[in-house]
Amino acid sequence: MVQQELRKLVTNLFFLAIILIPMLGFRSTTFEFDRALKTLGVFAAILVFNLVVKLIRGESAGPDPHKVPWSERARERLDQVPKIFTIGGLLAVAAIFPLLANNYMIDVGITCLIYVALGLGLNIVVGLCGLLDLGYIAFYAVGAYTYSLLNLTFGLSFWAALPIGIVLGMICGCIIGYPTLKMRGDYLAIVTLGFGEIIRLVLNNWDSLTAGPNGLFGMKRPALYYPSFAEDGFGWVTYYLKSLPALYYLILFLVVFIIIGVRRLDNSRIGRAWVAVREDETAAELTGVPTTWLKLLAYALGAAFASVAGAFFAAKLSYTNPNFFLFMESCIVLCIVVLGGVGSIPGIIVAAFVLIAVPEVFRELENYRMLAFGAIMTTMMIIKPEGLIPASRRLRSATHHTHEELDDSDG
Amino acid sequence: MELSAFILQQAINAIFLGSIYALIALGYTMVYGIIELINFAHGELFTAGAFIGVIVLTALQAAGFVESHFVLTMFIVFGLAMAYVAVLGVAVEHVAYRPLRNSSRLAALLSALGMSIFLSNGMMLSQGVSDRPYPQVFGLDAIEIMGARITNGQIFIILLAFALMVALQLFVHRTRLGKAMRATAQNRTMSRLLGIDIDQTIRITFMIGPALGAAAGVMVGLYYGAVRFDMGFIFMIKAFAAAILGGIGSIPGAMLGGLIIGSIEVLWTAFLPSAWKDVTTFTILITVLYLKPSGLLGTSASEARV
Repeated sequence: MVQQELRKLVTNLFFLAIILIPMLGFRSTTFEFDRALKTLGVFAAILVFNLVVKLIRGESAGPDPHKVPWSERARERLDQVPKIFTIGGLLAVAAIFPLLANNYMIDVGITCLIYVALGLGLNIVVGLCGLLDLGYIAFYAVGAYTYSLLNLTFGLSFWAALPIGIVLGMICGCIIGYPTLKMRGDYLAIVTLGFGEIIRLVLNNWDSLTAGPNGLFGMKRPALYYPSFAEDGFGWVTYYLKSLPALYYLILFLVVFIIIGVRRLDNSRIGRAWVAVREDETAAELTGVPTTWLKLLAYALGAAFASVAGAFFAAKLSYTNPNFFLFMESCIVLCIVVLGGVGSIPGIIVAAFVLIAVPEVFRELENYRMLAFGAIMTTMMIIKPEGLIPASRRLRSATHHTHEELDDSDG
Repeated sequence: MELSAFILQQAINAIFLGSIYALIALGYTMVYGIIELINFAHGELFTAGAFIGVIVLTALQAAGFVESHFVLTMFIVFGLAMAYVAVLGVAVEHVAYRPLRNSSRLAALLSALGMSIFLSNGMMLSQGVSDRPYPQVFGLDAIEIMGARITNGQIFIILLAFALMVALQLFVHRTRLGKAMRATAQNRTMSRLLGIDIDQTIRITFMIGPALGAAAGVMVGLYYGAVRFDMGFIFMIKAFAAAILGGIGSIPGAMLGGLIIGSIEVLWTAFLPSAWKDVTTFTILITVLYLKPSGLLGTSASEARV
């Protein structure tokens, strides 16, 4: 058995080397072997460690089915703490953060929160309903451009444009959703990818409306309105949220709103029906779940959240152009959902911060960020497809399963 | 230019572009036929082939080898690019797809997507973000037929592409391994029961498909004169559209689909604003998937897979 495992280890390392050495070892003119070797060394260490653990335990038939993985135990531990403490604590930290941080950190915080919003929206489509959407960033673009155009041409305020953006996003979601209702899995992925690119190309080519690749600029920032009782009588004062902390609180408010919305949806009849569609569409259809309607709803609601994030993004930068909405952005959002745990709200929040904030802290690693995203996605799918913090619904079924098995062995 | 010459010229351009799309589409269709997975990394394997081509060709040109032994040079360039990418294809399959062969399709698809992102950014880091110029080895010599100009490069590329496709067709239909591949595509469990080595068959598919893609990559580099780390993306979508149009899993379908997509693109560019040509391809892709997911030459079995 040792020999067999060793042979497996060597083959794995050999194939990893084939991929890693050319990708990291060659600069266009020079040869930098050490970087590739270091990366390979990390993988080798993990694989060897894994092998040693396996040999010590003498597990040859795979992991012990009765053992609960650490992530689920962590989740259980987390669930024992009263909800009010964890949520209240997190909110307090999020609220105090701008008072302690500098502008750069607040900016990173805002970016993280935007990605949390996007991740939660995509989670409805991918996580709850099980439809793989590779063009999700298109809805973000719809939100951004709707606000930009409405503000620039009609002078509509952020709050007035937001509902219009949401409705337009939902309509786009349905337009994408409708032809894909019959499709599953792979075809759906490629069609949504195509739709995402179509929207980006239209924004890029429709010069008269969207100013093409130059983008739109000069949009007003979101504003707050408060009454004034000055000497000349009652009136409303407009206060534009220009400073970063103000914008931070706005997106924090929006994200909290979205989290509540997604949680309510998740625990509702609709949420359960979505999970039913994800787990077995045919069975769901047969038991009377209106699958067509639910899929469209998932697309529409996912698009609505992205549209909100997009409108905020355009308002914050006061600038938007089609290159903000590349396919890679869709991949980043998808990576957040996958890493966090498909269907898990806390997981997505953690993953958004890990994937967006950590690369910002290590600036010199910026170039390696997407490389790492790719590697993380593949690795996660192989070793932990359920994500960092698995969704509680999955956890419940998992623990339930273990109890049943224990009961059996007792009886 | 006369009308007939114009039509002929566009037809040649269409065949040229179409045969390149067909070569890439073959990689998709073969992999999908066998393991029912969209190999998202295929576009990056295609780009990797183009990069190997430019590295080898530049080295050979610096040594003055190109002028003295032209045919041998081409043989070495295409051979090395295809061989390297074949090995890379097998490595990708082993690392990213094999462990997930029995898990959900969403997991396998995400793993493929991760591999694609990894390879594309790996190439960006190793080869730079800017265009890498390809040595111009064909010169400007051209043949005139009825007023249409065909460059030597175009003739060479079209002939080579067709030779590769014929070779593939012969391999799949005339050899034992080809028979094993067809059997595995039809029914994997049954093939295993009959003693076909499934792992080996899949490995061979992951050698041939990417190798054809690599050849297409070198062709694109030779013809357009440059390669970039992210060029695989757009070629991937178009080739995938071609594979779908022809019927996924069907090898003649991929060839036909490639030619059709190439023709549509050439015609569009000839008469309509070229900025919108990619939108057209995506629209065709979506329309075909909506109306006839089995494609032109696909079987009902491929429809059931949708």
